Amino acid sequence: MGADFVQTLFLTFKLATLTTIILFFIGLPVAYLLAFYNFRLKSVVETFVSLPLVLPPTVLGFYLIIFFSPDSFVGKFLEETAGIRLVFTFEGILLGSIIYSLPFMVHPLQSGFSSVNRSIIEASYTLGKGKLQTLWKVILPNMKQAVLTGIVLTFAHTIGEFGVVLMIGGSIPGETKVASIAIYEEVEALNYGRANLYALVLFVITFAILIVVYTLNKRFTKAENL
Amino acid sequence: MKIKLKKRLKGYKGDFILDVDISIRKGSFITIFGRSGAGKTTLLKMLAGLLKPDEGFIEVSGKVWYDSTMGIDLPPQKRRVGVVFQDYALFPNMTVEENILYGMEKKDEDLLEMLLSLTELKELRKRKPQSLSGGQKQRVALARAVARKPDILLLDEPLSALDIDMRKKLQEELQMIHRTFSLTTFLISHDFSEVFRLSDKVFVMENGKIIKEGRPDQIFVQERISGKVRFSGEILQINREDVVYIVSVLVGNNIIKVVADPDEVQDLSVGDKVVVASKAFNPFILKSE
Repeated sequence: MGADFVQTLFLTFKLATLTTIILFFIGLPVAYLLAFYNFRLKSVVETFVSLPLVLPPTVLGFYLIIFFSPDSFVGKFLEETAGIRLVFTFEGILLGSIIYSLPFMVHPLQSGFSSVNRSIIEASYTLGKGKLQTLWKVILPNMKQAVLTGIVLTFAHTIGEFGVVLMIGGSIPGETKVASIAIYEEVEALNYGRANLYALVLFVITFAILIVVYTLNKRFTKAENL
Repeated sequence: MKIKLKKRLKGYKGDFILDVDISIRKGSFITIFGRSGAGKTTLLKMLAGLLKPDEGFIEVSGKVWYDSTMGIDLPPQKRRVGVVFQDYALFPNMTVEENILYGMEKKDEDLLEMLLSLTELKELRKRKPQSLSGGQKQRVALARAVARKPDILLLDEPLSALDIDMRKKLQEELQMIHRTFSLTTFLISHDFSEVFRLSDKVFVMENGKIIKEGRPDQIFVQERISGKVRFSGEILQINREDVVYIVSVLVGNNIIKVVADPDEVQDLSVGDKVVVASKAFNPFILKSE
């Protein structure tokens, strides 16, 4: 208990926060592309985005290990040129989380983009405003609900992830040992009390996040229907 | 200003080709008149750069906006157009004032105040569009479109959703704005009275083609009937009463009942555009209200 408990929780939320922030900026262009453009191979892109929904996390984790292990071409290249090792490191579980939570960011944003009235976008263009300005000033402020949903789902999903992290990160305290793995280990060691503590903290925090989201969502919906 | 455009369109009655070749005097008020599905909105969107024509040419005040042979196709941002959309397309996240300011290239407080007072929106400047009535939204959309100081103003049936009084008032405002900013205005409409009141020139569009053009009175009043009184209208109903028929015709906002014999009724049907004319009698004119 004590220091390593706090360390594990801190690591869990650090991972979730970083994943969410990075995914927001990756998810935005991907969702924008999927919502507004038709291109060849669009279905292929959509399939890749959705794959983590159905693929067992262990499969994803397994391929990540194979791909990034120091013996593989990519792993060796990364380590020799950039000094980055992705297996059994925080950077590794961050990458795993980003891939694994991709659909939870892209799907809400994509449907948010599609729900925005086309004519307000066209209106912005005819008023001389470019695509980027239209995105920030007109599109995103009118799909707050979708943005919020994407952020929260990604955050919550990353906190709850287990398989991918275990495969690519293992369970190194302070580096890759997140709360969900800690719970598993404590139960295996028959430390039900500590497992319960982790579980309770996760439960309370996720509950609090969701209730804030639903309250906010209600307010957005009300504002939109005025 | 020259417009020459072609585009294949999918209509609800099958494909047709939009093929328009018109030239317009700068500063004039133009109406494109026609029933829905004729390609009016498509034409407007192609002018604004929101839709790509198959081939053609657009030139406005000496500048080429589109030329398929030269490969010129300015994006909407580079064309100086103001568009008032059918559904107004106001930004829900901005107040009335912010909506109008968004349309400006540089923040211009004087122009904002002028537009707000022209459109009687001063008291509503801090409101969000959701809390405005249809007529008020319409005014915001108009003010926003003009805020950019466009070369041409495009209006897509802007008044069709409003009631009569509001319509009349807005028609006046529209004309005032048209003159104040010396705009070339394009109005899409299928309302006779609106076209009559507002436009210098009418283009009648059918199945993607301009079938008639001219002054409103030349277009809508058929010269071959030399009646003393005549109204254009639309047949609402044909009822048989004993040996004669009663034809109800919608003229403006009034229904006129006309007695017709069976021969006359034969090639008339509900929805036909007709002219009701009287030769023999001098009608009374009484002041109403």
